[in-house]
Amino acid sequence: MPEIKVTPLGAGQDVGRSCILVSIAGKNVMLDCGMHMGYNDDRRFPDFSYITQNGRLTDFLDCVIISHFHLDHCGALPYFSEMVGYDGPIYMTHPTKAICPILLEDYRKITVDKKGETNFFTSQMIKDCMKKVVAVHLHQTVQVDEELEIKAYYAGHVLGAAMFQIKVGCESVVYTGDYNMTPDRHLGAAWIDKCRPDLLITESTYATTIRDSKRCRERDFLKKVHETVERGGKVLIPVFALGRAQELCILLETFWERMNLKAPIYFSTGLTEKANHYYKLFITWTNQKIRKTFVQRNMFEFKHIKAFDRAFADNPGPMVVFATPGMLHAGQSLQIFRKWAGNEKNMVIMPGYCVQGTVGHKILSGQRKLEMEGRQILEVKMQVEYMSFSAHADAKGIMQLIRQAEPRNVLLVHGEAKKMEFLKQKIEQEFHVSCYMPANGETTTIFTNPSIPVDISLGLLKRETAIGLAPDVKKPKLMHGTLIMKDNSFRLVSPEQALKELGLAEHQLRFTCRVHIQDPRKEHETVLRVYNHLKGVLKDYSVQHLPDGSITVESILIQATAHSEDQGTKVLLVSWTYQDEELGSYLTSLLKKGLPPSTA
Amino acid sequence: LKLYCLSGHPTLPCNVLKFKSTTIMLDCGLDMTSTLNFLPLPLVQSPRLSRLPGWVLKDGSTFLDKELKECSGHVFVDSVPEFCLPETELLDLSTVDVILISNYHCMMALPYITEYTGFTGTVYATEPTVQIGRLLMEELVNSIERVPKAQSASMWKNKEVQRVLPAPLKDAVEVSMWRKCYTMPEVNAALSKIQLVGYSQKIELFGAVQVTPLSSGYALGSSNWIIQSHYEKVSYVSGSSLLTTHPQPMDQASLKNSDVLILTGLTQIPTANPDGMVGEFCSNLAMTVRNGGNVLVPCYPSGVIYDLLECLYQYIDSAGLSNVPFYFISPVANSSLEFSQIFAEWLCHNKQTKVYLPEPPFPHAELIQTNKLKHYPSIHGDFSNDFKQPCVVFTGHPSLRFGDVVHFMELWGKSSLNTVIFTEPDFSYLDALAPYQPLAMKCVYCPIDTRLNFIQVSKLLKEVQPLHVVCPEQYTQPPPTQSHRTDLMVDCQPPPMSYRRAEVLTLPYKRRYEKIEIMPEVSNKNGEKDGGFLLIQPNSSYCFSIKYKLPIIQRVTHILTDVILKYLFDNPISTNVSLDQR
Repeated sequence: MPEIKVTPLGAGQDVGRSCILVSIAGKNVMLDCGMHMGYNDDRRFPDFSYITQNGRLTDFLDCVIISHFHLDHCGALPYFSEMVGYDGPIYMTHPTKAICPILLEDYRKITVDKKGETNFFTSQMIKDCMKKVVAVHLHQTVQVDEELEIKAYYAGHVLGAAMFQIKVGCESVVYTGDYNMTPDRHLGAAWIDKCRPDLLITESTYATTIRDSKRCRERDFLKKVHETVERGGKVLIPVFALGRAQELCILLETFWERMNLKAPIYFSTGLTEKANHYYKLFITWTNQKIRKTFVQRNMFEFKHIKAFDRAFADNPGPMVVFATPGMLHAGQSLQIFRKWAGNEKNMVIMPGYCVQGTVGHKILSGQRKLEMEGRQILEVKMQVEYMSFSAHADAKGIMQLIRQAEPRNVLLVHGEAKKMEFLKQKIEQEFHVSCYMPANGETTTIFTNPSIPVDISLGLLKRETAIGLAPDVKKPKLMHGTLIMKDNSFRLVSPEQALKELGLAEHQLRFTCRVHIQDPRKEHETVLRVYNHLKGVLKDYSVQHLPDGSITVESILIQATAHSEDQGTKVLLVSWTYQDEELGSYLTSLLKKGLPPSTA
Repeated sequence: LKLYCLSGHPTLPCNVLKFKSTTIMLDCGLDMTSTLNFLPLPLVQSPRLSRLPGWVLKDGSTFLDKELKECSGHVFVDSVPEFCLPETELLDLSTVDVILISNYHCMMALPYITEYTGFTGTVYATEPTVQIGRLLMEELVNSIERVPKAQSASMWKNKEVQRVLPAPLKDAVEVSMWRKCYTMPEVNAALSKIQLVGYSQKIELFGAVQVTPLSSGYALGSSNWIIQSHYEKVSYVSGSSLLTTHPQPMDQASLKNSDVLILTGLTQIPTANPDGMVGEFCSNLAMTVRNGGNVLVPCYPSGVIYDLLECLYQYIDSAGLSNVPFYFISPVANSSLEFSQIFAEWLCHNKQTKVYLPEPPFPHAELIQTNKLKHYPSIHGDFSNDFKQPCVVFTGHPSLRFGDVVHFMELWGKSSLNTVIFTEPDFSYLDALAPYQPLAMKCVYCPIDTRLNFIQVSKLLKEVQPLHVVCPEQYTQPPPTQSHRTDLMVDCQPPPMSYRRAEVLTLPYKRRYEKIEIMPEVSNKNGEKDGGFLLIQPNSSYCFSIKYKLPIIQRVTHILTDVILKYLFDNPISTNVSLDQR
């Protein structure tokens, strides 16, 4: 029986290092190729030796698909393609292809230049890796080879994020990547058609949460920023350059305009400015409202938000600063944080998840005395706020997507095991489909039951539909034909054609059956009675009484003889070809019931 | 398989294909050459136009002098310009299931079809096609509605009257069917029926037919369409280009193995080389400006203008034109320039690479930033304050019958220092200029049509090898003005089938197979007790005799499976099975 095999190399009952292997109808596809933020050793990348111990990965994988530009989904790509070795196609959307190399370069710089690691991928490797990338449009059907096709759907989450359908023949898998089912300030909601995949592989970051409405969180955020600015404090918002930064910028920009606020808003130069450019140029990927109004007012051209200069941090008076990176582990955001931490009027707002070990994680867990390099102790007096703006589907959203796509099986990745367990039960209860949650390295096998496409000869189809009454779409119809299997193709043709093609003589199959009837009359009288009876019952058929004493009903032959031992019993010999089986067996059972009392 | 031909214009097609009980309209082109018979709509009172004498019949009767005016020997209708619609009587257009649009020029009749015929289906088009198509319609509606005309001429349309009119009015076809322009609400209603599609997206229609748009290389989002079932493939090639301009290159490979290839939208100027024309355009422009004259470029607000601006961007500094203002005047000028920058995915490779940097794909962003190119919604308002001469003005409509261009023709026509450069190939420039005669202004004809020429067509056809080619009759003979140029026609084997307006063609095709699916429930029962098949194995190929829900097989497998199979092979001609034991 055909089967689909799924093995997560990363993101199995875990968040980070997304990398999922799928085998479907003899094709091997790798979904995402991410790094793990929480590790600095070998564990940060997926273990590609699982695919092959020796030899190039190209021989074992038909294609690689990257769902979006976050490093936990694409961070291992240059390592995978250039250091381990893969030359096959890598698919991603246009915005992902544009932004991905910039984030990879940023990641490389932090790892190699700042932390001084060696044996890491180089800038050239990133470039070479990106040359293997094929950009795809939304909804475009990409033919990877003659059998394997993939198709991207809009996923929300971040600019250019996509869900992918992987299809071979009638079997298909949908991989969601990260997605968001509610539109936000800058992106639309994920959407998929009722494609009924055999398997849906979905993220489950917020498997157990039903989040409060985004509006509340936004109002909360604005209130905190506003209050701090009103009392003359400074607000630091550490962000990653792409994604939430733009959403929060739009939020503050519109608020500043509405409230006519004067306090300056800055974003740290470099990536963020460039990032806004990407949003402007890929505006077709944002939400409908922004797309509709961009000619009059491009939402990513900010009036109130200006580029930040290092010297501004010491300016007196209130201000709001967006600075990278988002977890306060290095760079400008950390510098500003050190300057402002000592003043209780100031505030730092962490808008996203922070990995263990980072300053961001420490202050969020309540630590107020931080040991900085050089054994300096930094006392944090400023207010620390956490506010989740990350754009993942919550439990409700995940269920909604399952309802949209109607998969036959569901597989959970990119989440915590405990939460997955809860969601798994919920899915199985509500949709009555199997739900799996393999750990990393664990293989899940799903059996599929695909229909078999068959070519039917037009002559046969026309002949068969012409027989009988006008075709009724709702009723199944009986069809006679011969199926020829040759070179992996199936053809349904008329028996005559099949015999001709295969050089076979037609084989006649005839059934005979004897029916005993109690009738003391002469043979020819019995025959006449049978004839009259059949003629009366089978009004739509041609029933004939032949001169040689036999009866035909269509091509079915009935002969009567007296029983050799018992003259009172007549034996009716009914004989028909297998093509007339239906009528033949009907006739036999009819005759077995006996003849009606003679009227003559 | 039938093709109903509703338009006679080879580059503004409108055909309906009946394919496997679906009715598919291919494009919705609006023939605007009809407007050339009308007087221009001036934005400001034009004494010259209002003084034109009424037309008098040979016998001296003057009953038409209110409707028809004479200008330099040509007769024009003094009325709101009207358009020649696709045929609406040839078949019931409310039965059309879907409309496939190939590019934004070929959708201008859409509101007439979707809003007046009882159409209830879906329209498919790419996002750039819809957005830019909307801009073209907006500009059209705007330029006609802003010059309200009290009079609407209809007397001349009377068959008896039309007969005595001078050419070309006398020969105009189906004048009774000519219609005034649609309104913005109608445009919006029409566009709301469009469903956006991406290149190579497979769209299922009623489970019977699959349609797929392919990049055609002619304009932003322009597409050819594949219409196919499992065993028939019709390719619709409309407005394609193999030149490297701004759009994504043409996808030729996917057109292979077509049973029928419908070929429309070839270049209208087969003898002109677009590259040469662009060169000529630049040098004429520079010469005029250097001599202190103004340059007028009548154009559409999108398309070739992007390429012209790009050429000028590279050219103006070297030609010493840095201080000459370039004006782009159209109600949709700003939108068009903005939209061009956001369709990265639909652009050629070079432009995509720029977006990845990230930089705007078109250099007109820089022209605007450095104030070399300025755009205005109309000649009124800001423009009149900023207007400096000598200058270069890009504005519409290329027919010279409405839009801001009319004003500049009136303004600059009297001086031989000025030049009007025609780049759009849709209208004969002589006809376009007729109501402005006599004219002192210089006229330069540099038609830039990047669509396929006949050499490219024959190469393409050799490459993709369709079984049959169908094209408008104009392509099956040399152009009337160059009857000796037998190279200017479609040449293929078998010769193309040709169509003309209001004709119905039966397209040849031969298919022998159809696709069906066997449900897994049926196929899995092979070999089981109440199963489905009888199996014979001759040599290497398998042969299943299959009957759905067939009692015979049930019975055979019940009682006699082994016996029968064995017997069949031993005794290959006939078998008799007695059922008496049951």
